[in-house]
Amino acid sequence: MIHILSLKVENRAGALSRIAGLFSARGFNIDSLSVAPTADPSVSAMTIVTHGDDAIIEQITKQLNKLIDVIKVVDAQGRNYVHRETALIKIHTRPEDRAEALRVVDIFRANVVDSSPNSYTVEITGDSEKVDAIINLLRPLGIKDLVRTGKVAVTRELNKNP
Amino acid sequence: MKLTGSEILVECLKREGVDTVFGYPGGVVLGLYDYLYRQTHLRHVLCRHEQGAMHMAEGYARATGKVGTVLVTSGPGATNTVTGLTDALMDSVPLVVFTGQVPTQLLGNDAFQEADIIGITISCTKYNFLVKRVEDLARTIKEAYHLAASGRPGPVLIDLPKDVTFAQTEFSYPDSVYLRSYNPTIEGNKGQIKKAAKAVRQAKRPVLYTGGGVVASGASAELTRLAGLIRCPVTSTLMGLGGFSGSDPRFLGMLGMHGTYKANMAMYESDLVIAVGARFDDRVTGKVDDFVPNAKIIHIDIDPTSIRKNIRVDIPIVGDVAHVLRTLIEVLEANDEPIYVDAERAAWEARIAELDAEHPLGYTHSDEVIKPQSVVEKLYALTQGRAIVSTDVGQHQMWTAQYYHFESGRDWLTSGGLGTMGYGFPAALGAQAAHPDRLVITVSGDGSFQMNIQELATAVVNDLPVKVVILNNRYLGMVRQWQQLFYEERYSHSYLATTPDFVKVAEAYGALGLRATKPSEVEGVLLAAFRHKGPVVVDILTDPMENVYPMVPAGAANHQMVFCDPDQTPGAGLKQKDGQGAKTPPLPLTGGGARP
Repeated sequence: MIHILSLKVENRAGALSRIAGLFSARGFNIDSLSVAPTADPSVSAMTIVTHGDDAIIEQITKQLNKLIDVIKVVDAQGRNYVHRETALIKIHTRPEDRAEALRVVDIFRANVVDSSPNSYTVEITGDSEKVDAIINLLRPLGIKDLVRTGKVAVTRELNKNP
Repeated sequence: MKLTGSEILVECLKREGVDTVFGYPGGVVLGLYDYLYRQTHLRHVLCRHEQGAMHMAEGYARATGKVGTVLVTSGPGATNTVTGLTDALMDSVPLVVFTGQVPTQLLGNDAFQEADIIGITISCTKYNFLVKRVEDLARTIKEAYHLAASGRPGPVLIDLPKDVTFAQTEFSYPDSVYLRSYNPTIEGNKGQIKKAAKAVRQAKRPVLYTGGGVVASGASAELTRLAGLIRCPVTSTLMGLGGFSGSDPRFLGMLGMHGTYKANMAMYESDLVIAVGARFDDRVTGKVDDFVPNAKIIHIDIDPTSIRKNIRVDIPIVGDVAHVLRTLIEVLEANDEPIYVDAERAAWEARIAELDAEHPLGYTHSDEVIKPQSVVEKLYALTQGRAIVSTDVGQHQMWTAQYYHFESGRDWLTSGGLGTMGYGFPAALGAQAAHPDRLVITVSGDGSFQMNIQELATAVVNDLPVKVVILNNRYLGMVRQWQQLFYEERYSHSYLATTPDFVKVAEAYGALGLRATKPSEVEGVLLAAFRHKGPVVVDILTDPMENVYPMVPAGAANHQMVFCDPDQTPGAGLKQKDGQGAKTPPLPLTGGGARP
């Protein structure tokens, strides 16, 4: 079962390495990990996508909480979350393919952020399925390079009707 | 007033109540050592190897309940602390270890004696700090001692670049520590404790299964009270021995791989296991599926990760053991109804007596060769359980756990989780440094003792009169036992021969060396050792083929114990070689060359 863990951690040298080390030492899996400072520069937000059965996820959560640098761990499972991923996709473009490439970019509301006579670099942001989908459509054109950020996630606020 | 980093360090240790530091000087800590030379507050015990300093600090911490402090240099000095750090992490021993580091401007340059000790020790410390600015030093030290001693205790490392020890700043020591990301749960959840009380009232065959957490939390009085209140037998892990009196009739002895039959069977037959400050280690549970098939489990532990890590638990309670037990006792006493049915408890106690009679702890006595168990029994008889006893790791450790009955967990120093050969002797030195007037004994083996034998110099020079009793079987006994039982007697590299001559080694270091080769000599040499004012090494030549029993073979369940060698009880559960019984090669008691 895939779980998205949303962490707040001290923004300190070594914090990332402690967290990554915990996963490798105990044989837990990291599918993706993203980290950056929050509005409070002393705190970093980290989103870890991992998988395992309930017992493993419980241990991962407890072990993360035990780390001195970890302030808070929230498991998105069963909560209402918004999650997004960004990808930069560099594709080959022969002259006859350029229009097709732009059509795909348009359909997905993606952007071309760099272009050369033979290539476009496409930026896409969305949930993982959307990123997967555009990659699948662009693949026949020939992908030169692909980088994905991994998920970032945040809880949804409840809509309170007046 | 401005102080240098070195002065701040000593001043902080003073405020933390540290009186003794175990250490070894070197290049980048020369400034610190220069200040140590000029001050009078701290006692520095000079070890002969940094690993020795680590185990000394562990022994000191375990015997006193205080944080042990170590000071070593960078590079090899720092890397030599890794085994001790891992040992302390696994056995929850509070330590603060100061390692020197190359100057900040050289960090990462592969400088002389530079090691990335922060990176190296991330996974074997509770936390570690690199102090890059002298302004951060005092607060870091305060946080380190707080982290080491609170919650589940453990080792904390502070890496001190050389320039930080020379730099100056205004000194102020914080009164308190606030770490927003660290807040151990002390009081247990009241609702869970009430559930536990209800389960206790419903139990017919309860067992208290206690571990090192009882000692760390100082909860012996509460545990004893609870056991009496609910009329419940008590078994203990290796680390928990002494947390409950070893001579109390309710005590079943240790459980697990080399536990007593009655302890393992009581667990197996129980309907309620109350786990107190123990973590269901694999050496305790045996085959997990058959561990306690009929029992509800209450698990009290300060570390949430210990709960449901290895075993399903019905009623988890996160909190400090002493606090939780006190609340549990209050909840039980608040209700006037009797807690148990007398007849049910009488039947349970009768069943345990029956189990004990079925397979009591024992061994075959001999007038010819010294049985190692008899030496531990003699030690217990002579000291009445009033000595501080440390062990190394292996057969002698298990025999000490089985045959020495501890009255206090702080009198029992052993390496449980990591199983570090070489732990025992330096740990005893640390305990002796804290308790100069007490009798401190190390029970060791001829293999283990050689792993930190150089600390004999520390013992002699610092006047630490530890008595080392070597149960010398010329083998790595536990390895040999497994090779005999599970590797068809192929004794691959477990024979150590009869070197060195431990009596001469002791004398070379300036200690007293004594030897016993016959059973009739044991009591005499032990008494002579206890009477001697200084450190003593007692070399006792024991039966080389003696095995530790009972035993749960690896992979078996705890109720499938084996009680003696396979040739003595065909079909007792151990595999024998096809078509032939296991044979015991005759070995000379002295002299080398007789390799099997």
